[in-house]
Amino acid sequence: MTAPTPVIPQSGLERVRWAVSDTWTITLRYLMHLSRSPERVVGTMLFPVVSILLFGFVFGSAISVPGDGSYREYLLPGMFAQAMVFGIAGQAVAVATDVARGVNDRFRSMPMSDSAVVVGQTCAEVLNAMLDITLMFLCGLAVGWRFHGSFSDTALALGLLLLLRLAATWIGLYVGLILRGPESGGVLMPLMFPVTMIANTFVPTEAMPNWLGTVAEWNPLSATTAAARELFGNPGAASTDVAWPLQNAVLMATVWPLVIMAIFMPLAVRRYRRLSR
Amino acid sequence: MLAEGLQKIYKDTKALDGFDLAVPEGTVCGLLGPNGAGKTTAVRILTTLLRADGGRATVAGYEVGRESAQVRARIGLTGQYSAVDDILTGRDNLVMFGRLYHLGKRRARERADELLDSFALTEAADRQVKTYSGGMRRRLDLAASIIVAPQVLFLDEPSTGLDPRNRNKVWDDVRQLVARGTTVLLTTQYLDEADQLASQIAVIEAGRVIADGTPDQLKTLIGGDQIGVVVQEARDIPDTVRVLASVTGAEPKVEPDLNRVSAPAVERVAILTSAVRALDEAGIAVEDIALRRPSLDEVFLRLTGNASPAPSAAASDELEKEAVSS
Ligand SMILES: Nc1ncnc2c1ncn2[C@@H]1O[C@H](COP(=O)(O)OP(=O)(O)OP(=O)(O)O)[C@@H](O)[C@H]1O
Ligand SMILES: [Mg+2]
Repeated sequence: MTAPTPVIPQSGLERVRWAVSDTWTITLRYLMHLSRSPERVVGTMLFPVVSILLFGFVFGSAISVPGDGSYREYLLPGMFAQAMVFGIAGQAVAVATDVARGVNDRFRSMPMSDSAVVVGQTCAEVLNAMLDITLMFLCGLAVGWRFHGSFSDTALALGLLLLLRLAATWIGLYVGLILRGPESGGVLMPLMFPVTMIANTFVPTEAMPNWLGTVAEWNPLSATTAAARELFGNPGAASTDVAWPLQNAVLMATVWPLVIMAIFMPLAVRRYRRLSR
Repeated sequence: MLAEGLQKIYKDTKALDGFDLAVPEGTVCGLLGPNGAGKTTAVRILTTLLRADGGRATVAGYEVGRESAQVRARIGLTGQYSAVDDILTGRDNLVMFGRLYHLGKRRARERADELLDSFALTEAADRQVKTYSGGMRRRLDLAASIIVAPQVLFLDEPSTGLDPRNRNKVWDDVRQLVARGTTVLLTTQYLDEADQLASQIAVIEAGRVIADGTPDQLKTLIGGDQIGVVVQEARDIPDTVRVLASVTGAEPKVEPDLNRVSAPAVERVAILTSAVRALDEAGIAVEDIALRRPSLDEVFLRLTGNASPAPSAAASDELEKEAVSS
């Protein structure tokens, strides 16, 4: 039995290659975790599916929207976007649980890329989100929602939803790293409600009191919802949403997630490096 | 491996308070100390997991705080607490770590198989680690820390929870690594482990090293060899004390409940023969007579017990002077 001698990257290029390969190894680790806990996978998929079916049928027929579309068509893009950020709480708890595991000590004593653990985890979340979106898309079609835009518009809408998920992942990651342990995750769920409700998900922002409407208009979630409505060709797009961020929804749905990532990516990586110091 | 004046302060505890230690390349140093002495803290600082509040340390020639990437590429660590992923299987763990060491996919798999085999984990290889027993988990942890041959290996209580066979196996592995040039810092509560493996022993208490030297030096430090006589009848004890005092020229110690009288024996064999002869002449019925080297347990208890004022700082300074550094 001969142990191999350790190697470390020599050039900058090699370092980048190592970082990519480490990230992929960690992504695989999270995917293996997910495959080991089917109940969590089913749980995360069940939430959007149930909410689409529930809201689609309960509200879908009862509420009428400005313009002349069905409420169901109005609602679904909002449900898609909401599902993208609702995962934050669960993910933060998962991250807090994970960093409390001893294996992080080994990671941090190994010559691996510092950011691989956090980036790998967000990669796995985004892969997971792709599955969620596909499922929700199909459920939407099943309850009578349709997209009327071109193929490229539809693809762009899906891309923007994923982008929002990616940004939300970094928030979830950072929050998970500053939690004092998985137990403190309980405070997060109630906080998710205002974020997802003070938005144009269920009702147009004009219907809200003035100040609340403004908050809702500037909610990143609203931008993605409005952009998705516009691109899917669903009712409730720019014609009713007169506020500037919603007039330029596609732009804002791109800018918001990038801003969020620019803030939370460095915070999360730095935080991981300083764990237990 | 060299540490100089390491400090680590938690709110109201000084976990490390001027920790100095030098371990020459290719040797094994045993770090002994009572619970809470700061052993784990020292190991975590030296393996870049914790940042020291003061002092400096180099491992394999690189400074721990500033050049952690270089240090990490050269160390192996088995911490006091399990550092493997318990949701994955044993095999997946080793393959994952192998890939993170950039062995390549195939080599990582081969290496995982080798290690599973040599740590007798092949049968459990495809089970989730959370179903492992404590000893199995420990073995997996050890296997993971020697996937690549580290220049410096840190073992924090490596054999806690291992059965004797696996403990011997770990000792053999450590010896093999040392033969190939690995330096080992090992903390342990099993003093025979330190005796077996370590060429240098450092005793730590309240965050600082209070004695440092070879096992023999430490044993001499608390009094060296002893001759012990167990008599059959308690009434012979005073005579025995008189005999041993005249043979050794020192004040014997009596343990009445054991019927044992003992005294320091510098010239081992000469003292043993004359004691046997003198006891025989005095007509004392002896049940047992033996020369005994104090165990590390005694060294440990004497050095770290707050009760006994014990070996002065001067004595340990003397030993420190003899300690070599790398
Ligand atoms: N995270 C922490 N916060 C506060 N105090 C700590 C922390 N970690 C360690 N300590 C304190 O530092 C001291 C040294 O702890 P350490 O774990 O290094 O001891 P040890 O020698 O490894 O003990 P043991 O033999 O029980 O493993 C202890 O008093 C402990 O309570
Ligand atoms: Mg300890």
